[in-house]
Amino acid sequence: MRNRLLKQVGLWVLIVIISVYALFPFYYAIITSFKSGSAIFSVTYLPDSFSMANYIGVLGSGHFPRNIVNSVIVATAVVILSLLLAITASYALARVRFKGRGILLFTILSVSMFPQIAVLAGLFEMVRGLGLYNTLFSLILAYMIFTLPFTVWVLTTFMRDLPVELEEAAIVDGAKPHQIIFKVFMPLMWPALVTTGLLAFISAWNEFLFALTFVSNNEQRTVPVAIALLSGATEQEIPWGPIMAASVIVTVPLVILVLIFQRRIVAGLTAGAVKG
Amino acid sequence: MAAATSQLTREKIRAAWIFLVPMMLVLLAVAGWPLLRTIWLGFTDAKLSQPGSGQWIGFENYLFWLDYGEGDGEWIGLLADPTWWRAVWNTVYFTVIACTIETLLGLIVALVLNAEFAGRGFVRAAILVPWAIPTIVSAKMWDWMMNDQFGILNDMFLKIGLISAPIAWTAQPETAMAAVIIVDVWKTTPFMALLILAGMQMLPGDIYEAARVDGIHPVKVFFKVTLPLIRPAIMVAVIFRMLDSLRIFDLIYVLTPNNAQTVTMSVYARQHLFDFDNFAYGSAASTLLFLIIAGITILYIYAGRLNLSGDK
Repeated sequence: MRNRLLKQVGLWVLIVIISVYALFPFYYAIITSFKSGSAIFSVTYLPDSFSMANYIGVLGSGHFPRNIVNSVIVATAVVILSLLLAITASYALARVRFKGRGILLFTILSVSMFPQIAVLAGLFEMVRGLGLYNTLFSLILAYMIFTLPFTVWVLTTFMRDLPVELEEAAIVDGAKPHQIIFKVFMPLMWPALVTTGLLAFISAWNEFLFALTFVSNNEQRTVPVAIALLSGATEQEIPWGPIMAASVIVTVPLVILVLIFQRRIVAGLTAGAVKG
Repeated sequence: MAAATSQLTREKIRAAWIFLVPMMLVLLAVAGWPLLRTIWLGFTDAKLSQPGSGQWIGFENYLFWLDYGEGDGEWIGLLADPTWWRAVWNTVYFTVIACTIETLLGLIVALVLNAEFAGRGFVRAAILVPWAIPTIVSAKMWDWMMNDQFGILNDMFLKIGLISAPIAWTAQPETAMAAVIIVDVWKTTPFMALLILAGMQMLPGDIYEAARVDGIHPVKVFFKVTLPLIRPAIMVAVIFRMLDSLRIFDLIYVLTPNNAQTVTMSVYARQHLFDFDNFAYGSAASTLLFLIIAGITILYIYAGRLNLSGDK
């Protein structure tokens, strides 16, 4: 009996430690973002002031609102484009037996493991050559390298598990392949599309290396680069308040999305890895 | 009948290729072609301002004997550059330490989440928060927490008596790598834990029932039953994390810029590509990094014997 009690206490201690460890840094960023002036330089563990000055500062001046719009545009376009390309491709990969399917899947999996830096020089040259430097198109194009293989991979594993009878019935009814995809499979695929779309959105929203390299003017930047480059009046003076406010602004929508779609995301992450 | 079936099959295969071509073209444009160009540029003397006009110079970016005449000279190039090898060492060091800590912590978190308790959903949601936060944001958040004068981490450690004077975590050479590892562990342990948890939840419950009936100690059950059974899941998670760690860039660029202790292969390559105007040399470094990661990936695919085509 004592043994069981001890185990329960131990479990709860671990649970508390894990939760505090996971949440504390973000909590601390939030309370810092509400401090203004010199209040920021005194360490407090509980919220003690609610000043909106940092938020007004970040949203009211400079390019940050524009940067948010840029990030929304890029991430949305990336999601739409990669889902469109992946749905039809994954049907072919999951449902049709043809020569070279194994090699093709292998190639797609390899691309998803590409280090971004390996294509950076070549992509930079291409972006400049096509006149896309300093435009959002360069990022939409470049982000396909990590969203597309992932989307194709997850949708393929998902489509492989759909019942073959559905497809056979549709073929008997004389349905063409594109009708099978959009009329028969699509209604069943919403969960998988939401999951992969969300994961693609998050990775495009968070991307830094390409965004730093292909865009060099403040107006066209996306939020991660804008936050990384936020600087104060002087070199030494880092504007921690505004940086924390900006961080909270770009993170809160993500956290809310993740909490709403918690189960779907965990399923998508493990489908991408475990089944792979 | 047979003719009709093969007619149908042929039609289906043709449709399949039509579906595949757009996706393949995009991947070719954003992955295949740029990769080939990067490799090629590594064999030229291309400059940042005019990458296309580089001339073929063979392996000079990799290794080259610079002859001073009269038998005097020195080896130059990537393979003779101590800062490159330093970057390789930093990357490997970071990868091994960070992945080890992440695996152990991930295993503990997964075990806790696998237990039945009220509020399990809340904890699982809580550990997703670090995963969802953009790397740049987590770097900035931790940078602020690790601030030498006003950081809460020093405040905490001073109060507990763990340290006697504030530490400049991200600036000091001795602690810069530790700072990077601390942030990486915080950010990526959730991913590890969720993958391991998924492996645990696929285990059949009756083996535990049998172990309980036989009165076997839970610790023994963990090491003799659970661990061997979830080893494949752990291996997959570790390899995903390793591939990710080997190409780490963002966190270091923001958290510890200009710190020789934390320059990794990706940081080194980008510095040469865009900051030092050594475009060709940076391309050569990118190529080497690619080869290293490709080697590890191939090893993994062979070792894991992945069933790619889905055929049983």
